[in-house]
Amino acid sequence: MADQVSLTVDGKKRKVAADPRTPLLYILRDDLELNSPHFGCGLGQCGACTVQIDGKPVRSCVTPASAAEGKTVTTLIGLGTPEHPHPIQAAYIEEQTPQCGYCISGWMMTAAALLKEKPHPTDAEIREALAGLKCRCGTHMAIMRAVKRAAAMNV
Amino acid sequence: MNAHTAASRRQLLQGMGALVVLISAPAEVLAQTAKITDGLPHPAELDSWIAIAADGKVTAFFGKPDVGLGVEMAIAQIVAEELDVPLDRVSIVMADTKRTCDQGGVSGSTGVQLGGAMLRGAAAEARRLLVEQASVKLGVATDKLEVRDGVVSVIGAPRKKVTYAQLIKGGRFDAKLDWNGKTGNTLLATGKAKPKTPDQYRLVGTSPKRRDIPGKVHGTYPYAADYRPPGMLHGRTIQPPVAGAKPVSVDEASIARFSRAKVLRKGDFIGVVAPREWDAIQAARTLKVTWSQGPSPLFDSETLYDHIRKAPVVKREVVQNLGAVDETLKGGGLLVEAEYEWPFQTHASMGPGCAVADVRPDGITLWNPSQKTFATAQGVAKLLGRPVESVHSIYVQGPGSYGRNDAGDACADAAVMSSLAGKPVRVQWMRADGHGWDPKGAASIHEVRAAIGADGKMAAYDYLSKGVNRMDVNTFEQDPQDFLAGQRLGFPNTPTPNFGTPEDSYVVPNRRMAWETIPKLMEGASPLRTSHLRDPLGPQIHFASESFIDECAAAAKADPVAFRLAHIQAPRHRAVIEAAAKAANWKAGPPGARRGGSGSTVTGTGFAYANRGQTIVAVVSEVEVDKTTGRVWPRRFWVAHECGLVINPDNLKLVIEGNVVHGASRALFEEVKFDADNVTTTDWISYPILGMEDAPETMEMVLLNRPDLPPSGAGEPSTRPVAAAIANAIYDATGARMRRAPFTRQRMKAALAKA
Ligand code: FES
Ligand code: FES
Repeated sequence: MADQVSLTVDGKKRKVAADPRTPLLYILRDDLELNSPHFGCGLGQCGACTVQIDGKPVRSCVTPASAAEGKTVTTLIGLGTPEHPHPIQAAYIEEQTPQCGYCISGWMMTAAALLKEKPHPTDAEIREALAGLKCRCGTHMAIMRAVKRAAAMNV
Repeated sequence: MNAHTAASRRQLLQGMGALVVLISAPAEVLAQTAKITDGLPHPAELDSWIAIAADGKVTAFFGKPDVGLGVEMAIAQIVAEELDVPLDRVSIVMADTKRTCDQGGVSGSTGVQLGGAMLRGAAAEARRLLVEQASVKLGVATDKLEVRDGVVSVIGAPRKKVTYAQLIKGGRFDAKLDWNGKTGNTLLATGKAKPKTPDQYRLVGTSPKRRDIPGKVHGTYPYAADYRPPGMLHGRTIQPPVAGAKPVSVDEASIARFSRAKVLRKGDFIGVVAPREWDAIQAARTLKVTWSQGPSPLFDSETLYDHIRKAPVVKREVVQNLGAVDETLKGGGLLVEAEYEWPFQTHASMGPGCAVADVRPDGITLWNPSQKTFATAQGVAKLLGRPVESVHSIYVQGPGSYGRNDAGDACADAAVMSSLAGKPVRVQWMRADGHGWDPKGAASIHEVRAAIGADGKMAAYDYLSKGVNRMDVNTFEQDPQDFLAGQRLGFPNTPTPNFGTPEDSYVVPNRRMAWETIPKLMEGASPLRTSHLRDPLGPQIHFASESFIDECAAAAKADPVAFRLAHIQAPRHRAVIEAAAKAANWKAGPPGARRGGSGSTVTGTGFAYANRGQTIVAVVSEVEVDKTTGRVWPRRFWVAHECGLVINPDNLKLVIEGNVVHGASRALFEEVKFDADNVTTTDWISYPILGMEDAPETMEMVLLNRPDLPPSGAGEPSTRPVAAAIANAIYDATGARMRRAPFTRQRMKAALAKA
């Protein structure tokens, strides 16, 4: 098996011996032990597996690793650090947003991309950007507050 | 207090915490496991609950897990409060069969209520003993001493002092507690100390931030799904396409192309394992199984309520029978009658069940997010025919659970597969397994009648729930029959039929409350087997009872809040109802009086209230109904909540918010559907839930703090009045009465056409 995938994840160049058709989710989790993207549905329906590829949120459970070949992949670890958190991370902590937190890659990665594109979104724009993501614990209102707080940190 | 090996074991374990250590040092693990088994924590020993290390760090051992509601912080606050140490010095070890006592697991919103009471007493006793020691050391009577930040000092002479760390020197308390002999939720072991009174609280009642959140937000928090012991295989479970079908033959060659994938079969249980996860998933999808052909076991869920209505009664229980109900109902007055319907619902946790099991000849380790860590150990031991002492069950958080979800089932699958493979196995169910095969919340119908007298009050009230049994598989999964794998392996499922009736405090002179259960929809391993789903029967029962009160108020042309208050004397209940009405600026008038909006968008406001044990909740819901599309948007909520003493108000608000949103999702969107063969709502498209587009805009909260009353739990109660509050708001807005949940667009439009 000469199969190999090369990607840049959270700022590091990584090479993994794997079939490039493997969904990116399993490469990140099982080979690179980057555990923040979670398996929620494997169907592209919930967002729990979301990472950014070149800054765009994608659902890694239905994205073949080959699609990330030579590109930059970002997980929650690469989004910011405890010392230098991304505004959405700081806001999530400030608002105490997650309960179980299993869903948060979907919401945070998508919100981070939204804030980059539209630093000061309206409520309706936030709702639209985050529509379709799932949170079973019902933290939607806290997510809304966190996104608004993060937007307020955007200067 | 002498140094003791057990104490150093404690400290060793404390540092161990995350499995990272386990993975990099498997040899050490075995050595530690051996040390652990020689001293299981005993409830009557103070050292089983509280340990203070040589550096003054405090560890509390809590026999329940935190499923993501912030219980860890509440317990830390309680322990730090009673010990008078800084919060950041306290860490909590949770739900581990070798390290904590069995406090029953997550169960009925008892985390703080019962679990916290135990820890409060233990911490107070530890403080008492330490202060006694200090008194000897300093030569000053205990009542002349005070404690702050773990330092005992003489009142008025603060330089005469000694620290906890200096007193205990990393040793044990070696003190006995008076244990009530129980394990589980009701376990209580008390010392001689009197815990603080609420006026002495410094930490309890404040809102420090949760400690799991930074790790979650930065992607480093370990979930059960992230555990990978060396040599671990990935497993997937094979579910039959037709419920009840049994495997006749399995074509192992059909998965030969997936690297090192293997079929594991034991009786009717089939699993597939492979070293790589994607191989396991593909192999499980590809595996050719020939299934037995039999008659279809179920029927179309469209006919569910007729089925329930006509089904024979397995068990009937009259919970309350006051006065002469039938005579009064017949005796004239205004008769109100209605029937309500509630479907099966699924937990559909954010991730399907996932656990890691390592079954070895010399012991079994389970890393699992089941809410009942201890019961899971018992169930798995019996499933595999091994002694329960050989099972080390460790709670590790998973996707949020709201009762008995599929976590235990995945854990049992992992244990069976690991025992067959001889290697650690991580099983994660697929989405269709989670939606399709997790235990379901019970479906039911509710028939309610009342006679309203000339005084405008209910003279008689007759409430009947008829539904499937509430708990086919025990939420305490301590028997193999409580696991899907156990049922597949032939353990007969023999639940005790049970249902329920409303909890409220309406005083009606003639009142009957009864429930009936019907036969299981199918025997054997059923995708519709029931178990507890948040606030077990609260949503369905109170959807009916609190909608009905609104119907009575409408019939009597009374204001629904005033109508409720006219039947309630209990002061705490009145206070909660009044607080919610006040917060919402409730406009008095019969249902329909708060109607607003224009064009195709109308608005209305509804009220509902209930208690769950000692916790009392009232919910006001304002909805917007789009008459063209049938969309109901639960735009605003006001919630009044009384659960005794409030430990952490900010976190409590977030817990309530989650409950109300979850409750709204169930009221508006959620319904398990099935056909003659199996459950058909097996993903997020066929089983929609509330999303950001429909999330409420505002939710105002009134927390009625009662420091004079013990905390009574908040993990579930605010779920129960939500559906009725929304239904009542819909009626207020449109005059259409929703008696079948969920209130989908289609049903809303149909109801509007009739209204
Ligand atoms: S796990 Fe990828 S979208 Fe659900
Ligand atoms: S926080 Fe649990 S699913 Fe979103």
